Amino acid sequence: MAVGLEHFLILSAVLFSIGLYGALAKRNAVVILMCIEIMLNAVNIAMVAFSRYGHLLTGQVFAIFIMVVAAAEVVVGLALVIAIYRSRETVDVERIDLMKW
Amino acid sequence: MNLYLLAPEISLCGLAIVVILLDLVLKRKGILAVVSVAGLIVPGAFTLALWGREETTFAGMLAIDQFSLFFNLFFLVMAALVILSSVDYVSKFRAFQGEYYALVLLSAAGMMLMASTRELISIYVALELVAISLYALTGFLKDPKSSEAGMKYLLLGAVASAVLLYGMAMVFGLTGTTHLEEIAQAIPGGGLLANPALLLGIVLLVAGFGFKIATVPFQMWVPDVYEGAPTPITAYLSVASKAAGFAVILRVFYEALGAVSLDWGIIFAILAAITMTLGNVVAIAQTNIKRMLAYSTIAQAGYLMMGLAAVSALGSSALLFFLGAYALTNLGAFIAIIAISNKIDSDLIGDYSGMARRAPLLALALAFCLISLIGIPPTAGFMAKIYIFNAAVQYDLTWLVIIAVVNTAISAYYYLRVVKVMYLEAPPSEEAVPSSASLRAALSFCCLGVLLLGVYPWALLRITQAAVDIFFP
Repeated sequence: MAVGLEHFLILSAVLFSIGLYGALAKRNAVVILMCIEIMLNAVNIAMVAFSRYGHLLTGQVFAIFIMVVAAAEVVVGLALVIAIYRSRETVDVERIDLMKW
Repeated sequence: MNLYLLAPEISLCGLAIVVILLDLVLKRKGILAVVSVAGLIVPGAFTLALWGREETTFAGMLAIDQFSLFFNLFFLVMAALVILSSVDYVSKFRAFQGEYYALVLLSAAGMMLMASTRELISIYVALELVAISLYALTGFLKDPKSSEAGMKYLLLGAVASAVLLYGMAMVFGLTGTTHLEEIAQAIPGGGLLANPALLLGIVLLVAGFGFKIATVPFQMWVPDVYEGAPTPITAYLSVASKAAGFAVILRVFYEALGAVSLDWGIIFAILAAITMTLGNVVAIAQTNIKRMLAYSTIAQAGYLMMGLAAVSALGSSALLFFLGAYALTNLGAFIAIIAISNKIDSDLIGDYSGMARRAPLLALALAFCLISLIGIPPTAGFMAKIYIFNAAVQYDLTWLVIIAVVNTAISAYYYLRVVKVMYLEAPPSEEAVPSSASLRAALSFCCLGVLLLGVYPWALLRITQAAVDIFFP
C-alpha cells in the first residue's frame, strides 16, 4: 500500500485533535504550551504534505515560518510562566484564578 | 520591489528601535514618551505621501491602496493616543519604560501590515507580531493579576493561531496558493456545501480571526485579560487589536473568498446576533468598570459584525466608519478611567460615586463617551449605528437590526448606571481628582473627535467609501 496525501492529512488531523484536546483539558501551563506545539506541528505536516504532493514549495516555506514564529511565542509564554511561578508558586491553570466572572 | 511603499512600517520599526536604544543611555525617562509620540509623525507623513496610490510590491504580497492607507493612519493615531495616556502609568515603572513604548510601536507596525498584506504567510507573521507584542504588554506589570491575564491571553491566543493556521492549510491545500487573488480564482464553484474542505477551511478561519475580534464563542479571554492588563493596554487591545482583526477579515474574505460570500455572510450574521446579546446581558451584572467595558466591547464587536454580514460596499464602509467612531469613543472612556483610577486606585463602579463633584470635566467626558457608546445623538456612536443599521436593512437583514435595536436599549441600562453613580450619588470625600496634561490632551482629542463625527460625519464617510472601493470594483 502506497502512502498518499490522505494518510498525511489523517495523521495531521489526529495530531491536531490530540493537541486541541490537551490544550483544553490539561491543567499545567507548560503542558498546555506543549500541546499547542503539537497543534502547530500538525499544521506543519499538512503544509509539507500539500507541498510534496502538489509540487508547490510555498507549503514548506510556510512551515518554516510557523516554526520560527512558534519559537518566539513559546519564549514569551515561558517568560510569563516564570513570572506567575515567582508570585504564585504554581503553574496549575485551575489555581490561577484571581479573575473569574 | 519598491521599498518606498513599505516606508511607513519600516520607519515605525526604526522608531521602536530608537526608543529602546535611547532607554539605555537616557537618565530622564520622560523623554521616551515624547520621542515615541513625536516620532509617529514620520510614518504618518510617509502614509500621507503615499495617499491615493494603488500599487503592490514584493510579488503582490503587499498592497498599498486606500484601504491599507486608511488603516495605517488609524493605527498611528491609536498608538499616539495610547502612548499619551500611558505616560503617568509608565513613569511609575522602575525599569523597562523604553520596552513598553517600543512594544506598543511594534504592535502598531504589525497591525498596519495586517491591513496591507494580501498573502497568507505574511498575514500570519503580521498577526503574530501584533499578538506577541500584546502578550508581553498584557503581562508587563508582573504582578499576579497582570501575569495571569498575560498567561490566559497567550495560551488562548496561541490555540486560536493554531486553529487559524489549520484553516490556512486547508485553503492552501485546496487552491495551491497563498496569494489572496489567486485563491479567489482557484476556488471551485458550487458553493460551500459541495466543498467540505473549503467549508472546514472557512470555519477555521472565522474561528481564528474571531478570537482577535472577540466574537462568541471566542470571547472568554476578554474580561479577564482586560481586567488584568495595564489600563492603557486594555484600551489599546479593545480598539486597535479589534480593528486589525476586522481589517484582515475584510481583506481575506472579500479578496479571496468573495465567490462564497453568501455562505460566510450568514455565519457572521448569526455570530453578530449572539455576540451582541451575550455582551450586553452579561455587562449588566458587572461591578468592575474595566470588566463592564470589556463586555461592552464584546457587544460592540457584535454591532461591527453586522457590517461583515451585510456583504456590500455600504456594509463595509459603514463598518470602517463604525470602527473609527468606536475607537475614539472607547479610547476616550478608557482614558477617563485611567485618569480617575490613577488617583482613587480602584476600578469598582461604586467608588466612582460623586465623581462629578470631584472631577467635573473627567466625569463629563466619561459620561459623553458612554452616551456615544449607547448611540445617542449628537455623538459619533449615533451616526455609526445609523449607517450600519441602514446597511443591514438594505441587505435584507431586518431581523438582525431588530435584535441590535433591542440590544441598544439593554445597553443603555448599564452605561447610564455609571453616569447615575457619578452624578447623583454623594462622594465619599470632596478631594479633587487631578489629571496630567498628556491625559487631558488625549481625552480632549477623543471627545472632540466623537462630537465632530457626530455632527459632521461626511468627511470620514467619504474616506471609508473610497477605502472599500477596492473590494467592489
